[in-house]
Amino acid sequence: MSFIIIDHITKRYGSGNSEVKALDGISLTIQSGEFVSIMGESGAGKSTLLSVMGAMNTPSEGRYIVDDIDVYGLRNEQQADFRREYLGFVFQSFHLVPYLTVVENVMLPLTAMKLSGRQKEEMAMEAMQWVGLESKAKRLPSQISGGECERVAVARAIVNNPPILLADEPTGNLDSRNTQEVMSLLSRLNASGTTVVMVTHSAACAAFARRTIQVADGRLEIESNKQSTATAAIKAA
Amino acid sequence: MGIKDIAIKNLLRRKGKAAFILAGLIIGVATVVAVISFADTMTRDINHKLEKYGANILIVPRTDNLSLTYGGMTLGGVSFDMEPIRHSQLSAIQTIKNAANIAAVGPITLGTIKVKDRTALLAGVDFNVTGILKPWWKIQGNPPTGNEVLVGAEAANLLGIKSGQPLTINERNFKVSGMLAPTGSQDDQLIFTSLATAQSVLNKPDQVSLVEVAALCKDCPVDAMVVQIGEKLPNAKVMAIQQVVKGRMETLAQFRKFSYGISVVVVFIGGLVVLVTLMGSVKERTEEIGIFRAIGFRQRHIMRIIFIESGLISILAGVMGYVLGTGAIWAGLKIIGNHGDAAMPFDPALAAGAIAMAVSVGLLASAYPALMAARMDPNQALKTI
Repeated sequence: MSFIIIDHITKRYGSGNSEVKALDGISLTIQSGEFVSIMGESGAGKSTLLSVMGAMNTPSEGRYIVDDIDVYGLRNEQQADFRREYLGFVFQSFHLVPYLTVVENVMLPLTAMKLSGRQKEEMAMEAMQWVGLESKAKRLPSQISGGECERVAVARAIVNNPPILLADEPTGNLDSRNTQEVMSLLSRLNASGTTVVMVTHSAACAAFARRTIQVADGRLEIESNKQSTATAAIKAA
Repeated sequence: MGIKDIAIKNLLRRKGKAAFILAGLIIGVATVVAVISFADTMTRDINHKLEKYGANILIVPRTDNLSLTYGGMTLGGVSFDMEPIRHSQLSAIQTIKNAANIAAVGPITLGTIKVKDRTALLAGVDFNVTGILKPWWKIQGNPPTGNEVLVGAEAANLLGIKSGQPLTINERNFKVSGMLAPTGSQDDQLIFTSLATAQSVLNKPDQVSLVEVAALCKDCPVDAMVVQIGEKLPNAKVMAIQQVVKGRMETLAQFRKFSYGISVVVVFIGGLVVLVTLMGSVKERTEEIGIFRAIGFRQRHIMRIIFIESGLISILAGVMGYVLGTGAIWAGLKIIGNHGDAAMPFDPALAAGAIAMAVSVGLLASAYPALMAARMDPNQALKTI
């Protein structure tokens, strides 16, 4: 059984003549531990797909099942619990809380959990070490670089060891060196067993994923994976 | 780090907004505290002054025919040929149910005398209780003892009497021990001596013309005491002097009602300030709330952040409002000067009430913004940035 099942998901905005189909009957399965990149042009529906997968955007039709849980069959507060237990988010624009220090930002997902202060700090420091920012724990987001902010966002996303990490153009605001660093982090994370789903415009970033999905006009257009690409190359030779 | 730390850090970050909410609540609380403090101070002041009024229950012989006026007040029927009150009966007053509220009982024996070939009124009083019954008296000289008299200012003037002079009353020799400074009352026209001496001179042994009782103090059941004394002295008419008291108390009650009305309006405006400011704050924090929701904060976590913030500000506003309200009234009374002696002790009930009111208004006003924040769609919140 697949870990993530997206079953004929349609998402409409507006109604009547002004109705727009952001997602048009998309079906997709993702196995546990996969690294999937979603590509497509602006307005293709990739971010909408990611928000649906993030349990933050109720689809108009279809079902979204994770680990046998029908996510949109859950009540609002249960969906919040699902996000906390199953998902880690990395956003393009970091979305760090400006008045909290780096370590406090990393600790945020743990705030709503029943853990001791010491446990929370230890988990946060572990995540900080993982992204190599433990020396900047006490700084505010405004006191670190953009690349470091994105690494803080990654640390925050993984602090509670979620099985799925959703990344929305995580390198969109970064230079090539920082892009490389963040993508390496995501690869390492995936190698350690976390399912990673990443929306990106960049083919170079998508190359880090083992599977790439192309979305256009709210539909799944092309799906490829490295293994099949490699097989095709060998056959061609 | 917990929810509380997020709330505190946000407050420290948005000091201007926090100060604005604080100011709104402080004004509301301080107004209510000031109004209550002022009304309480005035009540205490009135009670204090009423106690200085001295006597407030009069006991006169019961009659159906003549009337006598004393001190500008109708004392009831008094006739010289009717059955007088017996001095020995007065001890019964101390046995009434509310005897503990009786500050002093002052019997007075009145009668006409001949002084320097003129007719005057002699009053025999108990000088041991005049300090309570007639606190406004200022005696120039000494209170009379034995064959001594105290002369009212107008009587002294009309009769040409001076302090220390010998004086013959009803063919008995007396000495003027002192003069009574003008009081503006009928006392100015009287000659006073001790009760026993007056009863002797007037040939009214054990007789009392009227009795003054000082009983009015805060929350004294004067009306009940009048009934109780009347039951003990069936041949006497017992009356309460409450007109002035009631008038002032009614004025104060009107003032209270009006002030409470104003306070409600001010508190309502304070609540609106909190509501509007928090609504603005929630809107400003759309991104932050969106992040919290996205990473798994429940709606109640978001509401708790808002409530902790407004609760902390409200507690501070309650304390500061109490201090400001009582301070303003204290300063105001000092400046006005009319009630400079009015004490304003720390009132723990009022302080606790001020804090409770601030917290109630703060939490009530923040309920809607908190709900608005909690219901924010995280996807929409993060999109709108």
